[in-house]
Amino acid sequence: MDKTRRIALYGVLTALALIMSFVESQIPAFMAVPGMKLGLTNVVVLFALYADSEKGAIIINVARIIMVALLFGNAMSFSFSLAGGALSGLVMILLKRTKRFGITGVSTAGAVSHNIGQILVAMVVMNTSAIALYLPFLWASGIISGILIGIIGGIIASRISIN
Amino acid sequence: MKSFSKNDLYLIIAFLAVFALITVFLQLTGKEGTQVQVSVDAKVIATYPLSEDISVVIDGFGGGTNRLEIKGGSAYLTDTSCPDHLCEKMGKINSVGQSIICLPNRVVVEITGDCSSEYDAVVGG
Repeated sequence: MDKTRRIALYGVLTALALIMSFVESQIPAFMAVPGMKLGLTNVVVLFALYADSEKGAIIINVARIIMVALLFGNAMSFSFSLAGGALSGLVMILLKRTKRFGITGVSTAGAVSHNIGQILVAMVVMNTSAIALYLPFLWASGIISGILIGIIGGIIASRISIN
Repeated sequence: MKSFSKNDLYLIIAFLAVFALITVFLQLTGKEGTQVQVSVDAKVIATYPLSEDISVVIDGFGGGTNRLEIKGGSAYLTDTSCPDHLCEKMGKINSVGQSIICLPNRVVVEITGDCSSEYDAVVGG
């Protein structure tokens, strides 16, 4: 894929991730516990990781986090999503590199690590360890949404060819 | 591309096992609290007994307010001035160490036990 095509593709995927972030912020059912998410944006990141490259997934994820913070968030939400995004991105890339896991396992590990990253930042920002009590909720929701998003991501990545 | 292999299943089972461990650990270490401690901008401003039903307004940071309700041994927040009302959705709390946090108003409501040394104090902010 030449450079121009790649730039256009990353632009489209980043825009799609932004829309997913926005759609997700409009679903109140996932606000019961702060940080609990469906993880729709991870469909885009997973797709980029599997259909394109590790670099592509990182670029789209970081661009998405910065733009979401600028458009809908603040410094606080930026630090939360950056920690979650960075940790889950790293875990997903490493797990994919082992070549032992399918997209569902990679996605689940990404979702759980995303929530762990957020809790760690929340502990630092709020200066209290009490937030760890949210861990079971976030852990469970991460497993469920990670499996679902992994299955969806797998279907999409196998049906859409970008080259 | 295989999207779901045996290894994925093992991984998910491992995650579920860790979840079970965390839950059991928190259940075992969680104690029923007796006091509700309210802090604004990391300073403790009030403490209420969990056994008494009350409804008070907390003046948060920057002019925001939250209403703290204690009912039937559980504490929760209502009538929040900020736009997202996240703290209201955090539900009711009653075990030592549980907390409700309202970031915009910098309000932290925590359950503590009888002896304050049982729990680390909230410092800084």
